[in-house]
Amino acid sequence: MLTVEGLRSRYGRIEVLHGVDLHVDSGEIVAVVGANGAGKTTLLRCLSGVQPVSAGQIMFRGEPLTAVPAFRRLQRGLAQSPEGRQIFTNLTVEENLRLGAFIYEDERVDRDMQDAFAMFPILREKRNLAAGGLSGGQQQMLAIARALMGRPACLLLDEPSMGLAPILVAQIFDVVKSLKALDVTVLLVEQNAFGALSIADRGYVLETGRISFEGAAAELIADPRIREAYLGI
Amino acid sequence: MPELMQFLLSGITVGAVYALVALGFTIIYNASDVVNFAQGEFVMLGGMITVFAYQAGLPLPLAALIAIAATAAAGVAFNKLAIETARGAPVVSLIIITIGASIFIQGVAQVVFDKQLHRLPAFSGDEPLHVFGATILPQSLWVMGGALIVFVGLWVFFTRTLTGRAVLATSNNRLAAQLVGINTNFVMTLSFGLSAAIGALAGVLVTPITLTSYQIGISLALKGFAAAMLGGMGNPKGALVGGIALGLLEALTAGYLSSQYKDAVAFVVILAVLFAMPQGLFGRKAMERV
Repeated sequence: MLTVEGLRSRYGRIEVLHGVDLHVDSGEIVAVVGANGAGKTTLLRCLSGVQPVSAGQIMFRGEPLTAVPAFRRLQRGLAQSPEGRQIFTNLTVEENLRLGAFIYEDERVDRDMQDAFAMFPILREKRNLAAGGLSGGQQQMLAIARALMGRPACLLLDEPSMGLAPILVAQIFDVVKSLKALDVTVLLVEQNAFGALSIADRGYVLETGRISFEGAAAELIADPRIREAYLGI
Repeated sequence: MPELMQFLLSGITVGAVYALVALGFTIIYNASDVVNFAQGEFVMLGGMITVFAYQAGLPLPLAALIAIAATAAAGVAFNKLAIETARGAPVVSLIIITIGASIFIQGVAQVVFDKQLHRLPAFSGDEPLHVFGATILPQSLWVMGGALIVFVGLWVFFTRTLTGRAVLATSNNRLAAQLVGINTNFVMTLSFGLSAAIGALAGVLVTPITLTSYQIGISLALKGFAAAMLGGMGNPKGALVGGIALGLLEALTAGYLSSQYKDAVAFVVILAVLFAMPQGLFGRKAMERV
């Protein structure tokens, strides 16, 4: 579904991604794990089009994506729940969800919103409140729900567990796992390597802008080098 | 008593003009967080283009339409040439750019048009109407009606349409707006065009009462800005209430005290209000968790 080849990206003169190759097949959950500053967020920003790509190729559903502006990528089936949640803090929870389906104007929008409320009941309770007043965990749920309102074929998730209490982290990872049943392919970027790899099919380890390991998630969890460096075991 | 009524009516008329300018500020501020100090020039362009098109022999309604369309185009060009090219610059820099644009538009206007005062005939005659012992020009009703219609239109646009909420979303979080499929460049173009058109409409409506010239823009921009701040920047309701309140303050001061003090009293009251309520009368409290 998604293929990345030789992807390079820079902030000014400093190159952050030095040629990243990865692929995500239809129906998979793929985790990209790595330390702070490894380039995980930059990678996702390149995929969603808000960060310029200096070299390399991104193919999505058989078509090149590099030249497609960010706001058209959702139409192609690619949604992102960005780092730091980036919800519309001034707008209500319901308005946030409606805007997630901005490119659609049909009756399915209401059904999708009911599905989102079923997935995260707390959002239904707070639907008329300004989203900026939600707790961190609720904001994260809203960010994921808003991305799902765009009916993505592939969902890019940036650090969904960041800053959350352990019980919420588990809840969020359960939700991500359940997306499989909805036919949503997931590319998950996480510092919480253990949590991400436990729900993923395959994984990549990103180290200072390069992929250093890749393989089935179970193998990566079992690999002593990765256990030592990223899992703290 | 008829005296008070007279002051109220003229205050509301002036206030409606300030409200229209403030509504123009509101739209651009909502889309981009930029306070557009060239907003007054849009009012000037609306009046001046109408005057010259009318003098060239066009019927008044057509001249007004052309002026509004041309000013909207100028607003779009302003965004494309000056604001969009400086994208990523801090908001303060963008605001300074709008001040530069304001001076530039004034300069062009005095070359293209002239430095004279101009007037337009009133739309529905100059016969004053009598209301509770006071008199009001029919043109004042046009100004009030214009402000009311624009306000209702904008209120519906921002609260009831998806495009309106896309504008609010863009202002709140440009990155997230792009990710949900909003063309943020188009939102900016739309906002500048709409804002310029509203300014031009104000210029067309008010010229028969106040006359126009190339340099009326700055004082209108300041008054409109003050009105928008008083009501709460970014809120259409605030722009309307702030504009009318400012107009009333000026008219009452001019009537009961002295017209020399009308600006001073108005600004002192605004300072006092902002001191107690920094968000303005209708501003939202900035409360959010991180």
